[in-house]
Amino acid sequence: MKKTGSQILLECLQLEGVDTVFGYPGGAVINIYDDLPDYPSITHVLTRHEQAAVHAADGYARSTGKVGVAIATSGPGATNTVTGIATAYMDSIPMVIITGQVPTPLIGNDAFQEADMVGITRPVTKHNYLVKDIRDLARIVKQAFYIARTGRPGPVLIDLPKDVQVASCKFEYPDKVELRGYKPTYTGNPRQIAKAAKMILGARKPVIYVGGGATLSDCNPELLDLAEMLNMPVTTTLMGMSSFPGNHDLSLGMLGMHGTYYANMAVTNTDLLIAVGARFDDRVTGKIDTFAPHAKIIHVDIDPTSIKKNVRVDLPIVGDLKQVLSAVVRKLHEEGDSVAALKERTAEWLEEIAGWKEKHPLTYTPSDSEIKPQFVIEKLSEMLNEDAIITTEVGQHQMWTAQFFRFKQPRTFLSSGGLGTMGYGLPAALGAQMAFPERQVVDISGDGSFQMNSQELATLVQYKLPVKIVILNNNYLGMVRQWQQLFFERNYSQTPLEVPIDFVKLAEAYGATGISTDRVDQVEEVIRKALETPGPVIMEFKVSREENVLPMVPAGRSIHEMVLAS
Amino acid sequence: MKHTISVLVENEFGVLARVAGLFSGRGFNIESLSVAPTLDSSLSRMTIVTRGDDRILEQINKQLNKLIDTVKVIDFTGEDYVERELAMVKVNADESVRAEVLRIADIFRSKVVDVTPRSYTLEVTGAPAKIDAIVELLRPIGIKELVRTGPVVLGRGSKGWKQAE
Repeated sequence: MKKTGSQILLECLQLEGVDTVFGYPGGAVINIYDDLPDYPSITHVLTRHEQAAVHAADGYARSTGKVGVAIATSGPGATNTVTGIATAYMDSIPMVIITGQVPTPLIGNDAFQEADMVGITRPVTKHNYLVKDIRDLARIVKQAFYIARTGRPGPVLIDLPKDVQVASCKFEYPDKVELRGYKPTYTGNPRQIAKAAKMILGARKPVIYVGGGATLSDCNPELLDLAEMLNMPVTTTLMGMSSFPGNHDLSLGMLGMHGTYYANMAVTNTDLLIAVGARFDDRVTGKIDTFAPHAKIIHVDIDPTSIKKNVRVDLPIVGDLKQVLSAVVRKLHEEGDSVAALKERTAEWLEEIAGWKEKHPLTYTPSDSEIKPQFVIEKLSEMLNEDAIITTEVGQHQMWTAQFFRFKQPRTFLSSGGLGTMGYGLPAALGAQMAFPERQVVDISGDGSFQMNSQELATLVQYKLPVKIVILNNNYLGMVRQWQQLFFERNYSQTPLEVPIDFVKLAEAYGATGISTDRVDQVEEVIRKALETPGPVIMEFKVSREENVLPMVPAGRSIHEMVLAS
Repeated sequence: MKHTISVLVENEFGVLARVAGLFSGRGFNIESLSVAPTLDSSLSRMTIVTRGDDRILEQINKQLNKLIDTVKVIDFTGEDYVERELAMVKVNADESVRAEVLRIADIFRSKVVDVTPRSYTLEVTGAPAKIDAIVELLRPIGIKELVRTGPVVLGRGSKGWKQAE
């Protein structure tokens, strides 16, 4: 039987197992929306902005590991998705974004609501398509999902002209994808794996450095095996955060610009750095010439372009982390005596690290008179369930969350690491809550970031999503203010957010609940009350205004040259 | 260091923009680029001349391979290959220099493909250095217009790409 383009699209989504899509209707996707009610297995979530639809699909993808799907109309609808797509691209999140396009005969004519989306999104997608012929549609959707979730995942955009949605042809979903130019490597080279095992056994001061790839590959059990087997300390990037338990004895927390003193000292003194799905980003390495100066580097990554991009690598292994790490662990099991010997050696190394930890633990100055933002994060970490999903926006609150929240389970920390997108957290929480209606989902936010997508309160209320929102309100764009304080002689140019927002009233205006406090002794009570209240709740904590994120490595400095106190 | 890279890509809409965008977006340099369909019309072959140190070339190679539309990448540096470029030069051919232009054309085994009382258009093929040389000889006579294709290359020997895989 013949089907229209919009029907074919929805059939394909169904066959890909898509249960939730996030979107916003418009003239160039009206046919898709017309057919949508005929596909009850697909729940559509109407966000209040296309950027939020993409972030929500991203939050859904990060929390589940499945491909997130978003729909937007042509022109402004489509261009509004760009920040969301770039956010997902930088963090390698599997997504398919469908944008409407003006009819094919009008393309290139500057038609109403026309934008060259394939051109605009080329540098921020893993791949993208303009569907010019309905007979290509099913194949393209199949390829898009395949490309999005395999290899190093990433967003794929399908630009679908209106006349293609209306045209009809026989629908056949291909069962195989044929892409001669795309064949990701999954199994690591056995010779390289053997070499890695040998290097590990020869190390005295090994450190495992874990990035977002570990989450994407779901290799947390293998990672734990490797670390525990040899008592090797583990430091993670922001993106790797929840793939190794933050309360584990071997955890050093985060490294880099706002990393712990002991993680950065460990990396500076290690003789073997095992990089797992990390890409040596500038926020991690600081001054590149002095990064891990004494170390041999093993770099495991599924994407060959990540290897040797920023740093020299002694042993590259291209492959899926889960497969490579379990192969390395198997190899190490064959070496009983040497493993025992290394375990003894790392005991000394762990003692050295414990010394650094004792000298400069991750800490802040508590206060009885004002709420310290770090205190709120510590309380949340204590009070929330182990499987609670935390999202953040970008700025000081994000770094405090990374520092003071102890993530225990994988895929429980969703944050825009690569692009650093303010306004990410609320819609991402929305997407995660759609995926896991029973779990606690909390967006930790600042007063600046929150206002970048606060309209999504309406979506939360509409779909009865009980997302809890923590606003650490300091009436500043705090991270920029911190830089101005430290490096620009306190010239607080355009960082005070002068108008005090009544977040309680804002919540109420949308039909949500708002609670606010500026008292330290009420912090616990507010959190408890919010968690007990059904539906979305804003918890506003008026925090000490000029608190800084410390330690801090000034941009361009070596990571052992940390500013430890204001 | 100069590198000549051949890239076999899907002959699809927008593929040139993907490759060009990759070079500009990552700050890689393109000295020349030529592209046309291959024997298999579903594929195009690009020949790109670029410059960079080993680290940059490794990235260029990997980034090109990462494009979904890229089927194969070969860096010919250090390989044995033949390299040819075609140029057309419209050169002044006033009475006083007509014979001189033809003599130079002859030395370079180039052909006259268009002629007027005031000009010759020469077609010349060869390695880029040969084209540089004829251009230098013709320059004092007066070049009105010059177009070069950028080089294309093929590996020496009997093996083709398909077999080499």
